[in-house]
Amino acid sequence: MSVNVAEVESLLAGEPGEKLSSRVRGGRLQKETYERNFDDLHPPFTVQEAVVEADRCYFCHDAPCLEACPTGIDIPGFIRGIQTGNVEGAGRTILGANILGGSCARVCPTEILCEGACVWHGRNGKPVKIGALQRYATDWLMDRSIQPFVRASPSGKRVAVVGAGPAGLACAHHLSRLGHDVIIFEQRAKAGGLNEYGIAAYKVPHDFAQREIAYLMSLGGIEIRHGLMLGRDFDLPELLRGHDAVFLAIGLGAANRLGLPNEDLAGVEDAVAYIAALRQADDLSKLEVGEDVVVIGGGNTAIDIAIQAKRLGAVNVTIAYRRGSAEMSATSFEQELAQINGCTIRHWAAPVALHGKDGRLTGVEFATTETDPGGKLVIGEERFLLPADQLFKAIGQTLDRGAFPTTSSPLVETKIRIDSEFATSIIGVFAGGDCVSRDQDLTVVAVEDGKRAAAAIHNYLQP
Amino acid sequence: MADISCNIAGVRSPNPFWLASAPPTDKQYNVERAFKAGWGGVVWKTLGEDPPVVNVSSRYGAIGYRGQRMAGFNNIELITDRPLEINLREITEVKRNWPDRALIVSLMVPCEEASWQRILKRVEQTGADAVELNFGCPHGMSERGMGSAVGQVPEYIEMVTRWCKAHTRMPVFVKLTPNVTNILAPMRAAQLGGADGVALINTVNSITGVDLDLMAPMPMVNGKGTHGGYCGPAVKPIALGMVAEIARDTCGKLPISGIGGIETWRDAAEFIALGSGSIQVCTAAMHYGFKIVGDMISGLSHWMDAKGYATLDAFKGMATPNYVEWGELDMNFVTKARIDQDLCIKCGLCHIACEDTSHQAIAASRLEGRRYYEVIEAECVGCNLCQHVCPVEGCIAMVPVPTSAPYLTWKNHPRHPDNLATTE
Ligand SMILES: Cc1cc2nc3c(=O)[nH]c(=O)nc-3n(C[C@H](O)[C@H](O)[C@H](O)COP(=O)(O)OP(=O)(O)OC[C@H]3O[C@@H](n4cnc5c(N)ncnc54)[C@H](O)[C@@H]3O)c2cc1C
Ligand SMILES: Cc1cc2nc3c(=O)[nH]c(=O)nc-3n(C[C@H](O)[C@H](O)[C@H](O)COP(=O)(O)O)c2cc1C
Ligand code: SF4
Ligand code: SF4
Ligand code: SF4
Repeated sequence: MSVNVAEVESLLAGEPGEKLSSRVRGGRLQKETYERNFDDLHPPFTVQEAVVEADRCYFCHDAPCLEACPTGIDIPGFIRGIQTGNVEGAGRTILGANILGGSCARVCPTEILCEGACVWHGRNGKPVKIGALQRYATDWLMDRSIQPFVRASPSGKRVAVVGAGPAGLACAHHLSRLGHDVIIFEQRAKAGGLNEYGIAAYKVPHDFAQREIAYLMSLGGIEIRHGLMLGRDFDLPELLRGHDAVFLAIGLGAANRLGLPNEDLAGVEDAVAYIAALRQADDLSKLEVGEDVVVIGGGNTAIDIAIQAKRLGAVNVTIAYRRGSAEMSATSFEQELAQINGCTIRHWAAPVALHGKDGRLTGVEFATTETDPGGKLVIGEERFLLPADQLFKAIGQTLDRGAFPTTSSPLVETKIRIDSEFATSIIGVFAGGDCVSRDQDLTVVAVEDGKRAAAAIHNYLQP
Repeated sequence: MADISCNIAGVRSPNPFWLASAPPTDKQYNVERAFKAGWGGVVWKTLGEDPPVVNVSSRYGAIGYRGQRMAGFNNIELITDRPLEINLREITEVKRNWPDRALIVSLMVPCEEASWQRILKRVEQTGADAVELNFGCPHGMSERGMGSAVGQVPEYIEMVTRWCKAHTRMPVFVKLTPNVTNILAPMRAAQLGGADGVALINTVNSITGVDLDLMAPMPMVNGKGTHGGYCGPAVKPIALGMVAEIARDTCGKLPISGIGGIETWRDAAEFIALGSGSIQVCTAAMHYGFKIVGDMISGLSHWMDAKGYATLDAFKGMATPNYVEWGELDMNFVTKARIDQDLCIKCGLCHIACEDTSHQAIAASRLEGRRYYEVIEAECVGCNLCQHVCPVEGCIAMVPVPTSAPYLTWKNHPRHPDNLATTE
């Protein structure tokens, strides 16, 4: 679809008489097609499928899959429960280590985590489908509303958690188990963080995020106060006065900008904001999607927005990334998924200009790129243009500094700085999840942060 | 949470899961690892008189089945090959370190009263909870007049058991060999001798296979093989049958420690339902390590909770009364196979099994060009072969045919020879 810059003018003029704005619209598909496109990416295992798959597990000693799970779930242990028909025990094993084990079963990039480490790779076999088995066991417990945990006797302590995403929820659940009362302050109308507003719709369909939160909350001892934003409605010193400790789990609320002129052309959108709207839409046909869609970025957000745009009916979807396939932070499984869904991935291309007409985007101009011997990215001479009526920026999130208008001490550069015990530089204030610095921004890592921070806070609260 | 603590013949353990006398229980090191993992008790690897036996190299054979390893396991090992002194010292220490776990010591010495008296005195000093008389090994020891050489002769069992009861205050379990035609004879001999309980089964005499290049049976030691003892999942049905037989014959009065192919909590629950007080495991632990007991404990507890059984006694032996002779079965009960066409994947296995080898009761046809298999109800005898061969779980159901006819045993059946005579 790309053309030389010389041909730009004619192309940008569009078809004679065509109204450019009509190219970005909803209602591109039949109702049933929308439903099918946003249903479960992988349907759940039947009993027999689960047992047959569980039988492939060798029950490894010191299992590498367990080691590769950020939350350290005893994977051979829970798979054995599925083998033996002790599904309840399996579910408890999972949730004991990871209270959002149901979400993680659906959203974890298992190919780079547990399944990537499975010993079956060593004999050129397919890894045990740990994610699907985990979903089977956690669904079993949730479907029966079995809450595996009881609260310890009340400690009389109150902890404030800011942000009801995976990190905040996991921390709250563990603190409540330890006997502390928890109040979560959440700016949004719904809890779940990116589980509710960010993860691709087909990974967690049928309102799974909310069902899981209701299940988690059935432990008791946790209250969520919605519509309250740190930095707007209250500040840190206030929180500290009313609570024995504070856990900040505010994620990354701001999106990076391309830094190009024209970035406010109609049709230029932030991927995460668009996905949030998609996740909350009652009627998917109301979502407007372009004919020629360009996505900028190389992570899972780029993949997710590309696939979802395609599944909303976009005709051409191209992901452009400034480096090669191996450098993309999206896993190879995710890259393939985009390709299977009919998206094109163009590597070694960096956007250099946005073209528009009548205030609307019409095309994106790219420069080819390469790396110098030192690995540094250099912009090449070649230019090409992709016609585009919609562009999604998926080039990363940053901390929303609005949360700390007065205090800047817990912040360092882009993320909140913590020590190995999840403590910030302010005594009694802890932080975890995406808002702190670490290698991977994943749901499962956020859950582990929340769990370990809860242990650290519990320690801090001891007299 | 259900209480799964166990008391059998006065021997207590926090759960019914014991390790059977075998390599996993041969040393303090192993046994303490097992206790750490959660096992409720162990039967220490069989002790004998010094000098200790010598084992050969290459000791095990195994049968895999369709990609699964060790469906059956075979060994040509003997009793412990470590000096008695060391074993006794370690047993004493383990019992002291783990007072809440059951520690039973397995014994096998020559068929002389003095030998038994001597070793019992020494075992008593260790503080062990009970002894188990190993009349079971089908190999090596039997050729020396011990093991199954004793276990196959009821008079010997009775005699040795009586000696042991006379020379120790510890409860005495007799471990039975399955290598007999009727398990009740050795069981009754043990009872007559005063045994406090029986443990079964020991291993089944076997050869696991033949190396067709070297033309020698397996397991093989330098080109030769010998018969060994078979165990593992493959022997579970044999063991269940023998346990049920004994439980029924003794009306559940004789304590039984069930052994043979137990790998999961469900296997254990089945042994308990048929009358076992505790259960013992060897092969499964040798296959996967001690950690499997975690799922056994958790699985049994959750299952008991779901069923409302508060203690093991609540369901122990519950299935025994339903274990009856063939002649007591209901001849008026009829089931017919029914295929769930939505689940059926059209493999035809049910059809060919019934067509070639049974009752020609599943018709193979085409429906709108697609393969179609359907039960011919009039021909189906309810044997359930098709249900077993069908690869899809739940696809073939055996549906009882409603009847108002009374429970009819063979004795009262019109075709019973006695009844034919009277009607003619
Ligand atoms: C589009 C997208 C797709 C993703 N897909 C996957 C995936 O498939 N698999 C995977 O493992 N990970 C995925 N991730 C990453 C994953 O979602 C995050 O790592 C994870 O949600 C981080 O959890 P958190 O609790 O730290 O933050 P968040 O989930 O961001 O939650 C933060 C919460 O804090 C609230 N909050 C923020 N500021 C304030 C304030 N000032 N006052 C009060 N409340 C506030 C927010 O409303 C939100 O509820 C994806 C991320 C994105 C953006
Ligand atoms: C390698 C091996 C050694 C064994 N040694 C003994 C023994 O010394 N004494 C004994 O009573 N039984 C011995 N057995 C038998 C086991 O205790 C047990 O009765 C049998 O293996 C059946 O249980 P399983 O199917 O769980 O393995 C041995 C079994 C194996 C596999
Ligand atoms: S590495 Fe694979 S085979 Fe081994 S325990 Fe984990 S899932 Fe099972
Ligand atoms: S299991 Fe251990 S002792 Fe046996 S052959 Fe292997 S390494 Fe040697
Ligand atoms: S064996 Fe089962 S799946 Fe195969 S044809 Fe028969 S009913 Fe269908």
